[in-house]
Amino acid sequence: MRREIPLLLTAVIGGIMIASFFVPHEWASVPADYLQQCAVIVVAFGYVLGGANVFRVNLDAIFKRHRDWPYKLVLVAGLLVTLILGLFVDRARFQDPGTPSLWIYDHLYVPMNATMFALLAFFIASAAFRAFRIRSAEAALLAVAALIVMLGRVPAGDAMLRAIVDHAGVPHAIRAWRISDLQQWIMDVPQNAAKRAILIGAAMGVMATGLRVILGIERAYLGGGD
Amino acid sequence: MALERLERLDRRWLFLVLGLLVLGPLLWPLNLPIEPSRPSRQFNDAIASLPEGCTVLMSCDYDPASRPELVPMTKTALRQLWRKHCKVVVTVLWNGGPAIVDQTIEETADEFRARGEKLVDGVDYVNLGYKAGNEAVMVLMGQGIKSTFPLDQHRHDTSTLPILRNVTNYSSFPLLVNISAGYPGTKEWVQQVNSRFHLPMISGCTAVSVPEYYPYLQAGQLRGLLAGMAGAAEYEQLQGERGLATHGMDAQSLAHLFVALCILLGNVVLWSRRGGRA
Amino acid sequence: MSHDFGVWVGALLTLFIFSFLYKDNPLYKFAEHLFVGVSAGYYIVLNYWTVIDTNLIGPLAAAFSGKLPGGPWHVQQGDYRGLLVIPGLLGALLFTRLFRRIDWLSRFSLALIIGVYAGLKTTGFAQGDLVAQVQASLQPLWIPGHPGASLNAILFTIGLLASLLFFFYSREHRGALGGATRIGVWFLMISFGAGYGYTVMSRVSLLIGRFQYLLGDWLRLR
Repeated sequence: MRREIPLLLTAVIGGIMIASFFVPHEWASVPADYLQQCAVIVVAFGYVLGGANVFRVNLDAIFKRHRDWPYKLVLVAGLLVTLILGLFVDRARFQDPGTPSLWIYDHLYVPMNATMFALLAFFIASAAFRAFRIRSAEAALLAVAALIVMLGRVPAGDAMLRAIVDHAGVPHAIRAWRISDLQQWIMDVPQNAAKRAILIGAAMGVMATGLRVILGIERAYLGGGD
Repeated sequence: MALERLERLDRRWLFLVLGLLVLGPLLWPLNLPIEPSRPSRQFNDAIASLPEGCTVLMSCDYDPASRPELVPMTKTALRQLWRKHCKVVVTVLWNGGPAIVDQTIEETADEFRARGEKLVDGVDYVNLGYKAGNEAVMVLMGQGIKSTFPLDQHRHDTSTLPILRNVTNYSSFPLLVNISAGYPGTKEWVQQVNSRFHLPMISGCTAVSVPEYYPYLQAGQLRGLLAGMAGAAEYEQLQGERGLATHGMDAQSLAHLFVALCILLGNVVLWSRRGGRA
Repeated sequence: MSHDFGVWVGALLTLFIFSFLYKDNPLYKFAEHLFVGVSAGYYIVLNYWTVIDTNLIGPLAAAFSGKLPGGPWHVQQGDYRGLLVIPGLLGALLFTRLFRRIDWLSRFSLALIIGVYAGLKTTGFAQGDLVAQVQASLQPLWIPGHPGASLNAILFTIGLLASLLFFFYSREHRGALGGATRIGVWFLMISFGAGYGYTVMSRVSLLIGRFQYLLGDWLRLR
């Protein structure tokens, strides 16, 4: 029963959600609306659980003196300070200007969040030099498309082409070419065609998986054990 | 010999060159001309064609990591809407986003206040704040905005706010302006709201998401699309502004040229090695 | 230079993280762990006040306060009053995942989440991606007076069909099917190349944003 009842619940709830899409009557829309409200609340609890798990795992690592445990002390301290300020000091006004919670958000969370992702720019340049290898015709096609899009999407692409064309004394008809127009065509036609094929294929896959989950064929989300 | 050294090049030199190429134009701008693309014009035109004084839904689904790409387009969109005296209802579906979105709204509103134009929170705009639940929130809003968001970002009861007096669900809005960094974002709004409730929408998104949204643009599910920082700069250009996105495009240009050069050089090394072996 | 202590803290943490580009070091590790801790704490606080307090505790307190007409069980669409006890209970059951012996209780909460999202995603993908995209693909292949647009439409349709055929794995890609899938691979490679180009743009933009912060907000050079 520990697996069967949740499976039955999933099937019933999933069925109501799908029915509400096709049936505008309140017999379908009101239960669906209620279930979505429930999902919003349970998902919020899920985020709290995630934070609690981070706390538990790292506290455990500190007590067992795992590698890098002093840094985990920093992690736990950061978590507790943010939590205490937000839940007990600033409370519901934690996002108001002038509060310690907003100070932490503005001067700790924002800079670190942004910088973590900014590092990727350096790694993408390094990978472009060391890993982007054209070993086949298909890879060459990928590279050419990438180069045209990269150059066509920034002002320097057209400026560079203009400089080359103007200096070489090229016929007037060719002078009108712009790399940005070629980039736009690539995005509108070949890129669009392939992406749409991927979208359609992925949609069928998601639909199949959704139905498998609702019908109880796919049960991995229940986890192991009984 | 030179190619051998290139092959063994420490990647930190590449980091340094990229850093300098990005830093340089930020200090000494090149002022390269920006030509707005068709999707950016469509985004601009979709807002321009709105009736004056209407109420628009804007969903800002991003966090601080996407600030350079998305905050400039958020500000420009708010300015364009407020110049048309449109009222703006803002939602945030990303965990890390509500405070930065709120700051963006207030900074833009302060520009209007500094010119003597009155913009009142709760009357001309409202930030409904964050709600967990992704797609569930989107569909819930289709039944009732105020029941989904009983309080706004600043803990005001939404049932008492003048801006929401005549707002019930999506039928109250002529347009959804979605500024998104990923999941949940434009794709989910198209699937759950545009398809189900037929609310017209336009999107400004991070560049990495753009190729995925082009089919929606071509299908008419999106009426306009701003592609990353370049799209934000083009939108600023169309609105006669010169903001952070425009300021960043010179650096973007040099960085792109550098990455293109890295690809070419890396393959020159590869081909020369193959040629040497042959 | 800025006189704001907070801006200095933010700038220093930014530089700590950038120091990773030279090599992994204690400053980077400190910033990385601080970021994880602050993020986790912030997400708990945010979800508590914006959802649990606003959408659960507040409405439940109002429902059982006796001040609402009809009482706690007078429910209607959008106003579920006493029925919100159920998601509250399911949310609490999620925490049983932290205790192995009773973690099976969290399956009821997961059943709700999985059921709702499986239903939403199935219909969303079906309507928004499958039906709408197929509908948009049915475009005229010959537009009188516009040979360029007609060529694009033909090329688009060929590319779409060839790319779709590439994902058909029920038959070996040989003969006519093999030829078609080869064309599909070309279109897919162009699409991946375009994706790479846009990814480069996105990542570089993030770096530009950080430098704008350091130069503008911290050093006041702009």
